[in-house]
Amino acid sequence: MFGLDKKDTSLLIIVAILTMLAPFILNPFPADSAMAQFNAGYPDLMQRFVIFGIFAIGFNILFGLTGYLSFGHAAFLGVGSYAAVWMFKLLSMNVIPAIILAVITSGLFALLIGFISLRRSGIYFSILTLAFAQMSFALAYSVLTPITGGETGLQLALDDPRILGASQTPEGNIPVPGLFGMEMRETTQIAVGAWEFTFNVGYYFCAVIMLLSFYLAIRIFRSPFGMMLRAIKSNQQRLNYTGLNARPYTLAAFVISGMYAGLAGGLMASMDPLAGAERMFWTASGEVVLMTILGGVGTLIGPVLGAGMIKYMENIISKINSDILHGWFAFMPDGLEDFVVAIVYPFIGKGWHLTLGIIFMLVVIFLPGGLVEGGQRIAKAFKRRKSDDASGKTSTEPAE
Amino acid sequence: MGILEVKDVNKRFGGLQALGNVNLSVAENSCHAIIGPNGAGKSTLLNCLVGKLIPDTGSVMFDGQSVLGRKPYEINQMGISRVFQTPEIFGDLSVLENMMIPIFAKRDGAFRMHAVEHTENEKEIVEQAEQILEDLNMADKRHFHSASMSRGDKRRLEIGMCLAQQPRLLLLDEPTAGMARADTNNTIDLLKQIKEERDITIAIIEHDMHVVFSLAERITVLAQGTPLVEDTPEKIKGHPKVREAYLGETA
Repeated sequence: MFGLDKKDTSLLIIVAILTMLAPFILNPFPADSAMAQFNAGYPDLMQRFVIFGIFAIGFNILFGLTGYLSFGHAAFLGVGSYAAVWMFKLLSMNVIPAIILAVITSGLFALLIGFISLRRSGIYFSILTLAFAQMSFALAYSVLTPITGGETGLQLALDDPRILGASQTPEGNIPVPGLFGMEMRETTQIAVGAWEFTFNVGYYFCAVIMLLSFYLAIRIFRSPFGMMLRAIKSNQQRLNYTGLNARPYTLAAFVISGMYAGLAGGLMASMDPLAGAERMFWTASGEVVLMTILGGVGTLIGPVLGAGMIKYMENIISKINSDILHGWFAFMPDGLEDFVVAIVYPFIGKGWHLTLGIIFMLVVIFLPGGLVEGGQRIAKAFKRRKSDDASGKTSTEPAE
Repeated sequence: MGILEVKDVNKRFGGLQALGNVNLSVAENSCHAIIGPNGAGKSTLLNCLVGKLIPDTGSVMFDGQSVLGRKPYEINQMGISRVFQTPEIFGDLSVLENMMIPIFAKRDGAFRMHAVEHTENEKEIVEQAEQILEDLNMADKRHFHSASMSRGDKRRLEIGMCLAQQPRLLLLDEPTAGMARADTNNTIDLLKQIKEERDITIAIIEHDMHVVFSLAERITVLAQGTPLVEDTPEKIKGHPKVREAYLGETA
């Protein structure tokens, strides 16, 4: 179906079902229960899941297929955001033109940076991209203030022209981004018993775009172009002596993944119409590398899983504070309770990075293929047990 | 006039004269071996032919066109394929995919943005690749992870990948180095078969005299960067200069 083989089609369908039902899946705990703080089904976070999913899918097209590790991908995210906000300021609050401009601008930007950076490979390529991203950050933060808003970031104002829209709403407010009259922030809450589920237009818009991006990524992975990219990662020397020019292939991959990042940036601005230079900071570039490696480099679904995991921890674990910990361990005797809380405390709240670091280390050491490899191992173990059971019942012969 | 004409090629690395006035002519559809002791400049010469090195002076003409200053992929597209001393294949890819890449390169040129069609829908490419694997007796291995194969199989695959491009000149750099005897003999048989079945020129660099004398029609002996003699295998065998170069004997 859709030009995919059976396995990829079922993967796509599973991802589609999961994203469409995310408001239910991410809110498994009743709203008033003590576990409600682990619910992730609120619009802001769900939007971040899919937007960073897109970012990581695109990054994986470059890093997963060609093996070129870009350390400056956040620059494209930032450029996309700025482009989208400018579209909101100048044209209209419709998100479609904003996103299109975001993708085109970041694509052109990626073409320029890629053309220069891809003269080198390996660590030198990474350093070049990092340098470009940091230069972009510094420029956006200072010199380019008229375009980027500098330290305060680029924001909408009441006197923006918005040629095809209105500068102000009748009430005198700044209009909000929407899709042909549907506002991105529009949210419906449905209560089912003790549970509360939130449905947000912006989330579903992002989710549909993520599914399209995911579908496109599968097509690229399975195409001859994708095969050539894997060949570049595998043995560039052989590729050169097989009559293929690696440069345009890597550049095309770089531009495609830059456009994915721009798309993510445009969507971020569409959900919340402001853009700041900090989106281009090198830690933001590092984050997408972590997401991809955590989920599984070169796998289709890995980057999405990695993005989800990191964003979940960033938003959920960081909200746990010492009062909550005391609540959890209240059943213990006083001295022991304080002791346990003191041990756990560094890993929560602002210390969530520590937890992330430990998980990342464990994954890299024990599951070099990321979370996807973990899933595969579990599936294999299940299969083996099943077949063992089956053979145990049907025959009494030894296995070998 | 041969298909490959090397004229007065010199190459210096600092104080070392790696190649000094090398002249070489490889006749079309022949098998020409280049032999010589270690450090004779065989690999340097080969690297000058495929664009990895550029000679200081002299010319290298392939089929009437100069190859100098061209990139390796451009030279390959002209019709020169190269087999490396250690088999260079796409280790992360399956055997079938390895075989498909040169066929794509032959059909689509050095670059083609071909990003949406499913690879398996490229029926003619898949069929061609499977045909070559069949010819190499590797059809049963087509879904193997190619890095996990034996060295002999990797070499077979690499030669097959070069043939898939239907090159006019096949360059082999010590194709049997580090191979077991059985693998060496298999490789010799494969190359003999290729020579018989195709219109192809083969230039081979080799240490193993067994390989050289079973394949070559003409032999050039290189010593200290200069061709010593060029002749048929029979005459080379007993040539005093060759014995001297190889064994260090003074006549």
